[in-house]
Amino acid sequence: MTNTATQLNSYRNQPDAQGHFGQFGGRYVAETLMPLVLDLEKHYRAAKADPTFQAQFDDLLEHYVGRPSPLYYAERLTEELRKDAPAGKGAQVWFKRDELNHTGAHKINNCIGQILLAMRMGKTRIIAETGAGQHGVATATVCARFGLPCVIYMGATDVARQQPNVFRMKLLGAEVVPVTSGAATLKDAMNEGLRDWVANVHDTFYIIGTAAGPHPYPELVRDFQSVIGKEARAQMLSRINRLPDLLVAAIGGGSNALGLFHPFLDDEVKMLGVEAAGYGLDGDQHAASLLGGFPGILHGNKTYLLQDEDGQITEGHSISAGLDYPGIGPEHAWLKDMGRVEYTAITDDEALDAFQLLCRTEGIIPALEPAHAIAAVAKIAKDMDRDQIILANLCGRGDKDIFTVAEKLGVEM
Amino acid sequence: MSARLSSAFPADRAALVCFVTAGDPTPAATPAILDALVEGGADVIELGMPFTDPMADGPAIQAANLRSLAAGTKTADILQIATDFRSHHPDVPLVLMGYANPMTRRGPEWFADAAAAAGVDGVICVDIPVEEDAALGPALRAKGIAPIRLATPTTDAARLPAVLDGAGGFLYYVSVAGITGKQQAVQASIEEAVTRLKASTDLPVAVGFGVRTPEQAAAIARVADGVVVGSAIVDIVAEHGAAAAGPVRDYIRSLSDAIATARATTNA
Ligand SMILES: Cc1ncc(COP(=O)(O)O)c(C=O)c1O
Repeated sequence: MTNTATQLNSYRNQPDAQGHFGQFGGRYVAETLMPLVLDLEKHYRAAKADPTFQAQFDDLLEHYVGRPSPLYYAERLTEELRKDAPAGKGAQVWFKRDELNHTGAHKINNCIGQILLAMRMGKTRIIAETGAGQHGVATATVCARFGLPCVIYMGATDVARQQPNVFRMKLLGAEVVPVTSGAATLKDAMNEGLRDWVANVHDTFYIIGTAAGPHPYPELVRDFQSVIGKEARAQMLSRINRLPDLLVAAIGGGSNALGLFHPFLDDEVKMLGVEAAGYGLDGDQHAASLLGGFPGILHGNKTYLLQDEDGQITEGHSISAGLDYPGIGPEHAWLKDMGRVEYTAITDDEALDAFQLLCRTEGIIPALEPAHAIAAVAKIAKDMDRDQIILANLCGRGDKDIFTVAEKLGVEM
Repeated sequence: MSARLSSAFPADRAALVCFVTAGDPTPAATPAILDALVEGGADVIELGMPFTDPMADGPAIQAANLRSLAAGTKTADILQIATDFRSHHPDVPLVLMGYANPMTRRGPEWFADAAAAAGVDGVICVDIPVEEDAALGPALRAKGIAPIRLATPTTDAARLPAVLDGAGGFLYYVSVAGITGKQQAVQASIEEAVTRLKASTDLPVAVGFGVRTPEQAAAIARVADGVVVGSAIVDIVAEHGAAAAGPVRDYIRSLSDAIATARATTNA
């Protein structure tokens, strides 16, 4: 059970010793995996306390990934949004530029941390799931960098619609296994990852791509991604000697959002997580687990899920393959119920508009995932004062999405 | 604790524990298949609750889950199947097996009440390990339903007492680290594991995962209190669909015959 006294003092010391964030999180795995997740936790605790591990992580992030990523004031976007704002309104929009990372998204931060952990544990084989392919590419990248064999599970539907990333993974030496079970998308790829892991418990490390799964994954993914928020906090203070008023990030499983939010949770900074509303929250064609789902148990943790009245998991929809997951990391479920973070949702069409807006005003092609965050920023900036600051996580670049966007815009390529 | 479950494991031979997925191929077809299991000599019935994401199952049971859901099987149908089974077979223990989310969707108490009312004797929840027992175990125990726990090759001696704490019915030894329907473990490792488990618990120990032939069943029956068969039955249902009852009965008969004489064969 959660210690209420510490909760009141800080939002930053979750989960509890059992991996619970309030009623969420936990270790809902088959008995075969239970000793493994306990072992992983033990090794992670040791790694976290080991300065050598931290130094290795920092070194790779600096020289291989290209960190720190810039903190950028988006002046023309700010001016553009002010055109529709009432007098005196129109907050400044800043971006944390994690789209400039090696491999083009924040996903690599987590993969560096987990592969170092895998090697520390003596594991010799890596597996991962991927939806859009960004986490698969990042995992294949770190496996190439450290010479470990790598199997990526990817839903057959996603394999068909994300061919460039499939080819990237293969170039990097990964084996990409199309998953045909279920709806053949991300959740089915994750099921297959868990099935592989349970059958290869001795040599295999499962690099989960978002802040979800059985404890300690939500915690360790958050910790590795927290480099985003730690840098941003320090950069804000050194550039303008103040913290932002509002943080905004897109949410698939929630790792880039937690990475930005977590270091600020005890500051007086508001936070907004942006889920994918797909065709709209009124139907069932969306991927907004927090706003349109109910608490339940899937993939090792208790969290909000898209599901029917019998607890069968339903398929989400989003234009963004990276947001199209029927669950969400358990820490977000807790932060929502605690009222510390607000959550909203953005439709496909709104994200598509924001995608183009950023291209034209800033010369940056964002991924469709952060385009959801930018759309939310565009809505909210005009209600905030001009001297207020919004910091949004630009967590991925849009190269992977140009085909999807062209199709939506009716452009032949 | 359920008298039906404890008396299902006789001292002189191993019990045959049989799994099928409820609603596969349709909810209407399941009762005849369950009758066939009993007629063939099954001692304990495990009725699988279908789930969209059966991550501990191999291709055969995954496909059975999807067939069942595609046929529109709801939790209410499964409870109705259990209720009807109980009225036709008042003495045969019935266990629900499945995943946490369908079991806890309406709250653990709701599920425990409904299962008890349907005459269910035990529940195996694949993805609620002892660490998360609070999510379902107390509600089951309050209703006299046995929370049946799994032990696996990765459950070491240090962990075993925790796994057994609060367990009921029987201990299900999953003989391979892996998913359902794959290869069977080697006999020597099964014997070693059963000996180790029986030294720690008075619960009957049933062994499963990958058991397919009467010979395999007999070999396990010599050392364990129960033999669990699942994917092999589900394969017959997949092949014969709504007409599966006959072939299922014949197959189960071949297993129960082999088990009945298994210990005598060793002694002879
Ligand atoms: C660029 C980008 N942003 C966001 C996400 C969503 O994941 P998360 O919510 O864990 O950051 C993905 C997932 O593929 C992604 O590629």
